[in-house]
Amino acid sequence: MNWSSWLLWGFASTVVLTSILAGSQGIGMTRMNIPYMLGTIFTPSRDRAKFIGSFFHFANGWLFSLLYVVAFQIIGRSSWWFGALIGLVQAGFVLTMLMPVLPAFHPRMANEQYGPTVVRQLEPPGFLGLHYGIRTPISVVFAHIVFGIILGGFYSVK
Amino acid sequence: MVCKTILNVSASTPKINDYAVIGDGRSVALVSRNGSIDWLCWPRFDSASIFQKILDPEIGGTWSIRPAQQSQTTRRYIDNTNVLETGFHLDSGRIVLTDFMAVTSEEKKRAILWPEHELIRQIRCDSGEVRLVVDFSPRLDYGRVAPIIKNGGNFGWRIEIGTCVFTLRSDVDFAGQNSAALFANFTLKAGEAVAFSFTYGSEGPAVIPPLGDSITEKLNLTIDWWRRWVEKANYDGPYSRHVLRSALVLKLLSYAPSGAIVAAPTTSLPESIGSDLNWDYRFAWLRDAAFTVHALFGLGYKDDGEAFVNWLLHATRLTRPKLRVVYDVFGERPPPEQELPYLNGYANSHPVRIGNAASEQVQLDIYGEVVEAVSHFIGENEKLDRDMQKMLRQCAEYVCAHWREPDNGIWEYRDKQRHYTHSRLMCWVALDRILNMQMRGQLRGIDVAKCEAERLRIRQEIEQHAWNPKLQTYVQACGSDVVDASALLLAYHGFEQANSERMQRTHQRIRQRLIPRAGLVYRNERSLQLREGAFAICSFWEVDFLTRAGKFGEAREIFETTLSYANDVDLFAEEIDVKTGDALGNFPQAFTHLGVINAALALDATEGRAPNLNGKS
Repeated sequence: MNWSSWLLWGFASTVVLTSILAGSQGIGMTRMNIPYMLGTIFTPSRDRAKFIGSFFHFANGWLFSLLYVVAFQIIGRSSWWFGALIGLVQAGFVLTMLMPVLPAFHPRMANEQYGPTVVRQLEPPGFLGLHYGIRTPISVVFAHIVFGIILGGFYSVK
Repeated sequence: MVCKTILNVSASTPKINDYAVIGDGRSVALVSRNGSIDWLCWPRFDSASIFQKILDPEIGGTWSIRPAQQSQTTRRYIDNTNVLETGFHLDSGRIVLTDFMAVTSEEKKRAILWPEHELIRQIRCDSGEVRLVVDFSPRLDYGRVAPIIKNGGNFGWRIEIGTCVFTLRSDVDFAGQNSAALFANFTLKAGEAVAFSFTYGSEGPAVIPPLGDSITEKLNLTIDWWRRWVEKANYDGPYSRHVLRSALVLKLLSYAPSGAIVAAPTTSLPESIGSDLNWDYRFAWLRDAAFTVHALFGLGYKDDGEAFVNWLLHATRLTRPKLRVVYDVFGERPPPEQELPYLNGYANSHPVRIGNAASEQVQLDIYGEVVEAVSHFIGENEKLDRDMQKMLRQCAEYVCAHWREPDNGIWEYRDKQRHYTHSRLMCWVALDRILNMQMRGQLRGIDVAKCEAERLRIRQEIEQHAWNPKLQTYVQACGSDVVDASALLLAYHGFEQANSERMQRTHQRIRQRLIPRAGLVYRNERSLQLREGAFAICSFWEVDFLTRAGKFGEAREIFETTLSYANDVDLFAEEIDVKTGDALGNFPQAFTHLGVINAALALDATEGRAPNLNGKS
């Protein structure tokens, strides 16, 4: 493992991933605000949730980059296209598996079957996160592919 | 106060004074006496409207909840709140519609999920049995877009546009899936109630609040929040009902995230029915600054006054020493003025305009307004920070260099620039207050000799050229023969004593030419040509003037007469139709309600309760 390379490019790719997702919301591609979505696991306060969620998402991104690096180490090489491929797979997993089951472990997210309650008032993302806008999957896939490209392109296998 | 009105089910466009206002410190909705919301812009005052039937009964969107049969209506605000109750009285029973936008403290919002915006309508049957009709027909982007309303199952009815989602949830079953409107028809029996929650979200996941007990809890939180705000007022003078309602209106027109106060929450409500005197007032005018600070501090709303002054300093930072006439709620230039030709306008008064070209005008009075606001804000003992001192020095230099130039004046006439008396007066105010602050040791680094010399020159200019010896009055502009009510402000700002011979003659001339009926004052003689209404704040200027002149009885009489032109829930528009007494112009109007508060403070001062007539602390 090239720890210093992972620390540097894991950090850089997470910065870019976070910026693309935030930018997607800013330019009107999606309503999805990942920091808010994750932060509300810990607090209902909108401002605090965004703050906590930003750290949470950032730590997650950095941690996930470790899986990419492990994959590069196992096959003995890293490349931008292989990183992009892993990014695509991860995005697919997030959109098709993680998003639909989010209400099961998010304490403030409403369930599709029962609707909002006093505690659970956040709209669920739905399949592919489509409840947050029809172009949500595009921004998620794009962000994760770029994430993979940076890691694959710049991480040097030892 | 409760006013009863017979409501015909097929009633046409309501009058402007048939509306009441609810809001959340970021946006407002106008609710008509017949239970329809005909104006709503989300997420900000100046955002595109979602309901705009007030500007076009055919194209504009609306959300009405009303009895299916003819009824008699009464309405009121729940005491000391902006929660509106409209009662419908029928032979078969009585129902009450409660309208409000949910608000609560930031502390409370940190403990519970809270939608970005939520408008709640609750209807309960107090007696008998009443059949009700609901028509939910939003038209987005100022009526350009008839949206598809999708059934989101347990998450209510959804409208997605761009990255925004509007959600309507209700206990009532709607018809009209995947169409641009929803309809419901149902019966309520005594003791039954239903609620509607309409929310806006720009972030995913949006908060979709539940109904049931949560509605009652939000109503209680909202009532509590408004009452706590009202309790901060230290006013115990006369006409407290009107003064506190005016304060509540100001709070509704205040954009909470920045402290800006918009002139009015509407666009293009006409100053004369059928005319083209239709403007967009959903922005913050520097002109209102001095009156605003005077009113907020006069009532004891120090925090709100500070927030407003901070907005003022922030908004003007980028353009100093030159100031813009009007800013948006975050201190940016308002969008360019444009017409919406597909909208007929209120009572066929077109064009409907959005944006305001006044932002491009030159108005020299605003320097005096800003300096006066800061002067009032810091009082006689507080210190000025470096940024404020710098801003005041820049204002002093700018005024000294430019006060001789013509401008568009307080009334923003677009034909040509003139040497307006009011603009000269406010330039004098700017230099006078700056020199006072310098004398008190609050301000350093100004060229005192230059400021004193220019202040004297402005005085000489007004006394020699704004006084018309033939008419025996101060006039609208230097060398003009137009009588203008803004001349009364010469006394308000301390340029001349109200009981001086010249001011008394000026008042007489204004009475002769601009006051068609007691309590109603045209802003100037041009108003008569344009067939516009009486300008409401001018009436309150007259009250203030009479108070300063020591004619207290007369002042009270006129004040009470003018107050009688408010609508049944004590709201004023910009103008008043002199024939019918109906409201004209954008509604409700901050400038007018500032006039109510400041005139009441002036009257109160005569009873020895307020600090003094100049409003200095």
